Amino acid sequence: MGRPRPRVAKGVADLPPSGIRRFFELVERIPEAISLGIGEPDFTTPWRAREAAIYSLERGHTHYTPSRGIKELRYALADYLERRFAVSYDPDQELLITIGASEAIDLAVRTILEPGDAVLIPEPCFVSYAPCTILAGGTPVSVRTVAEHGFQLQAHDLAAAHVKGGRAVLMCYPNNPTGAVMDRPGLEAVVALAEERDLLIISDEVYAELRYDGDHLPVAAIPGARERTILVGGFSKAWAMTGWRLGFAAGPAEIVEAMTRVHSYTTMCPPTMAQEAALEALRTCDDEVARMRREYNRRRRVIVGRLNEMGLDCFEPRGAFYAFPSIARTGLTSEQFAERLLVEEQVAVVPGTAFGASGEGFVRCSYATSLPLIEEAMVRMARFVGTVTG
Amino acid sequence: MEEILLLLQEDARLTAAQAAERLGLPEQEVKQRIAQLEADKVITRYKAVINWEKAGVEHVYGFIEVRVSPQRGLGFDAIAARIMEFPEVHSLYLMSGTYDLMVVVQGKSMKDVAYFVAERLAPLDHVLSTATHFVLKPYKVDGDIMAERTETKRLSVTP
Repeated sequence: MGRPRPRVAKGVADLPPSGIRRFFELVERIPEAISLGIGEPDFTTPWRAREAAIYSLERGHTHYTPSRGIKELRYALADYLERRFAVSYDPDQELLITIGASEAIDLAVRTILEPGDAVLIPEPCFVSYAPCTILAGGTPVSVRTVAEHGFQLQAHDLAAAHVKGGRAVLMCYPNNPTGAVMDRPGLEAVVALAEERDLLIISDEVYAELRYDGDHLPVAAIPGARERTILVGGFSKAWAMTGWRLGFAAGPAEIVEAMTRVHSYTTMCPPTMAQEAALEALRTCDDEVARMRREYNRRRRVIVGRLNEMGLDCFEPRGAFYAFPSIARTGLTSEQFAERLLVEEQVAVVPGTAFGASGEGFVRCSYATSLPLIEEAMVRMARFVGTVTG
Repeated sequence: MEEILLLLQEDARLTAAQAAERLGLPEQEVKQRIAQLEADKVITRYKAVINWEKAGVEHVYGFIEVRVSPQRGLGFDAIAARIMEFPEVHSLYLMSGTYDLMVVVQGKSMKDVAYFVAERLAPLDHVLSTATHFVLKPYKVDGDIMAERTETKRLSVTP
């Protein structure tokens, strides 16, 4: 008998652990630290939605649902997308309820990629895009975005990064970790390029409700985009429903039907009680969403103001709940800055490099934390920056 | 609704500087706006929300349904004006339905409240009848839930 084969497949063994993971372990050792490293709302899910889930359990709704999700939720979602963002989808053929936006991303790349196809991914970005692409047999190609352009994706950068075999763009605006949003002209240029090069667009719009300067504009609303766009969204951020694991995908019937097939084999269907909670959230929780958005906006003004005051250049994030200041003038790398800030002042921020190499020189500060904690964290951070730049 | 009012309703102790930072406005402007709201009596007063039970102070609340005969030309306002001046009266509302006034009376004991109803409220001219209901336990008062709640736990760092 020869040497036993490795038990973990090479593709998986080669996947690097998330940069967040290592930092999480460091922070866990300092329980008294104030964490600005959390990418989920500090609010609890609105009571109406929680109560709907309790009622669902009381009635014994504990069985499988259709793979694509319960009909009422799909219809309510179609209404919502039309009402809020003026994009229309057929709830019977063009919508799929998924286990978080994360599953929708995974399904999207698995459904559209042939082995070796490239996916263009604007960076810095959420941690799962490149790994999902690799697991689906694709090749991630990062496209750098920069503070000078408000971290908006520039069509000419996309064109420059486009390689043979490019199949799709996977983008996220409002953006985690930068808080950037895309304006209409920028989106139009990206869509024009996608049409020219026959690229599909996977658009993660999970932060769509968290815009502070007007309404969100979905990529699919740009003329020519709808037929090549998979719109991904979820209930985690706006409705504070991270733990329920519920998201959705919307797109052309051909693609969504195919995604539904993959989804039906891998997960059967999303959790029943979570779907009933989400239905209630869509129907009756607009005021709660507005209340949370108002509070995030207050925090945003405070944190961005304080970061700039302490001498860390922070462009104005217009969406999501993150500030992404430059730490260049401290002379430290992102990792050094985050580690020293944690050890010396017990404040946790996430090094920008956790979101791709182009995050070097930045740190992500989440303002999904109460104002008193943010204010205390800013006092400590200013002291730290003062010490370092002395 | 005005953003400043929402802020101050949540935390009346915010300074103008703090409010200005949260609203993204100059401090001077916020100062003037608050002064104007006070002058216009939009903001009538600033006070603390106190859990008296926790402070060890016994408070008894009675909700008294009062039927009255309205007076010609004055409606219910004249009798309401007489009732609201009693310091024991915590709140007073004109109601639709089977009775006319809801009088919320605060006292140190049930006896206190009962005496007030019997000796002050019921004998008033135009008062036809009263029905007293005592509060046994407050769960939520003016939008504030009284029970202490445990904080929910989040992971310390997440993507």
